[in-house]
Amino acid sequence: MAVPVQKTDNVTPLPSPKASAKPAEIVALPARRSEGRGRKIVDRLKGIAATTVPPLLVLGVLLMVWQIGFARPGASLPAPSVIWAEAKDLILDPFFVLGPQDIGLGLRVLTSLERVAIGFGLAAVVGVLLGALVGQSIWATRGLDPIFQVLRTVPPLAWLPISLAAFRDANPSAIFVIFITAIWPIIINTAVGIRNIPQDYRNVAQVLRLNTFEFFFKIMVPSAAPYIFTGLRIGIGLSWLAIVAAEMLTGGVGIGFFIWDAWNSSKLSDIIVALLYIGVVGFALDRLVAAIGNLVTRGTSAS
Amino acid sequence: MHAYLKLDHIDKSFVRGGQTTEVLKDISLTIDQGEFVSIIGHSGCGKSTLLNLIAGLTQVTAGAVLLENREVNAPGPERAVVFQNHSLLPWLTVYENVKLAVDKVFSGKKSRTERHDWIMANLDLVQMAHARDKRPSEISGGMKQRVGIARALAMEPKILLLDEPFGALDALTRAHLQDSVMDIHARLKNTMIMITHDVDEAVLLSDRIVMMTNGPAARIGEVLAVDLPRPRKRLDLVSDSRYIAAREAVLRFLYERHRLVEAA
Repeated sequence: MAVPVQKTDNVTPLPSPKASAKPAEIVALPARRSEGRGRKIVDRLKGIAATTVPPLLVLGVLLMVWQIGFARPGASLPAPSVIWAEAKDLILDPFFVLGPQDIGLGLRVLTSLERVAIGFGLAAVVGVLLGALVGQSIWATRGLDPIFQVLRTVPPLAWLPISLAAFRDANPSAIFVIFITAIWPIIINTAVGIRNIPQDYRNVAQVLRLNTFEFFFKIMVPSAAPYIFTGLRIGIGLSWLAIVAAEMLTGGVGIGFFIWDAWNSSKLSDIIVALLYIGVVGFALDRLVAAIGNLVTRGTSAS
Repeated sequence: MHAYLKLDHIDKSFVRGGQTTEVLKDISLTIDQGEFVSIIGHSGCGKSTLLNLIAGLTQVTAGAVLLENREVNAPGPERAVVFQNHSLLPWLTVYENVKLAVDKVFSGKKSRTERHDWIMANLDLVQMAHARDKRPSEISGGMKQRVGIARALAMEPKILLLDEPFGALDALTRAHLQDSVMDIHARLKNTMIMITHDVDEAVLLSDRIVMMTNGPAARIGEVLAVDLPRPRKRLDLVSDSRYIAAREAVLRFLYERHRLVEAA
């Protein structure tokens, strides 16, 4: 016991000369404080640059390789310079309207997004409810889970003929395909989240005599929220994958049909621009759901 | 006068995979209003099961739990539980955790402002009003347990059930909370039943200590009345002969006559 006491006695005087030296330095350099602030801004800019410069560099290199590889006449795919020349109006003005079928890509994406919003919204509500049922009841699990496991492996487009036959209209069919694509991960993840609700929370609910409704909204949903949002995030990604394929077949003004139409009129540049739009929007959707999830589940993780 | 809480020849067995395990056998006990009773025993003796039976969280196999001559067969706020691991909902603040209970129990009986005052009164009682807007992850283990106690008290229970409430806490925090519980018991005169494996805690807090034999088929081995005057001060008791005798009686029961052989 005596040794550490001695040590601390020895250590305590040591930092004091350093501490007295430090303020002396700061006092000597008051004029450079603004520089310090400037440095902070520089540091922040450096941080931003560290995340943005590498992808931009890679993008630049890729574009260059692409340009060099496909610049010769008779190349199978257009080079970036050709795309810019042919599809400049599509890139620069996403929201022009020149006729019922001649509209900007931004507007096309919006119509596709509307379908995804309806289909995914329905899938979210139904998926969470069904997931809660499956997670809560052992008999619902036994009855429904095998069916879910089989149906979820059916590719989205395989549903399209059936839904076209059932709805007899392109738009609800596309929405149904989105719905049926997005719902499985939502159901399965919600069910896992519900099964993982700690017995303690259930006991609290029982002691308080919460009814089914209160239990669902006050215990189940918040407790399973991280799982639910994992399912939603997978679901929105799958929806966006499915909408393009569905629209290619159903027609209309969505971004998917635009690609099909461009292919039929050999406008490869338009297709490549459309792919860019789809990628960026899909990325934004994923980040949006993740951000909402982070916001909602802020307090849920730690005990 | 009839008993406030009566455990009438309770048996409890669990069936799993065709195998029946007897946990509790022929438990009979009566508890008066305002009494503080501890249930002590080695781990695995079914003392938590007994508390869950009183809470209604599990069902008796035979016999009955009677509260004011009415049979208990489901959980309810009149038998509030302070859980071992606090069981606060992590997505709610301290205030909201208590509010969940108060809103449910007193909806229609108290106005919004009355309920707010009642929540704050209970948080004040456990000295947690200052942390009302913190989430459970932002406060210490002892503070969480205080909030758990406030939530249980806020239900205005007929009986407060404490399931090893201080088991997960360090010794100093535990002593602090024991004092708080004694203080609350003195002020509110609640009936309290506490599960514990801590002999000092049992003697310090209880009017009676129920000692359980080892399972399977655990029974009540002995009931010891602790006739120490209240308010009790832990420092004064250290040298009190009645305290020492009570402590020795419990220790002898646990380590001489009902030693847990597996726990070596």
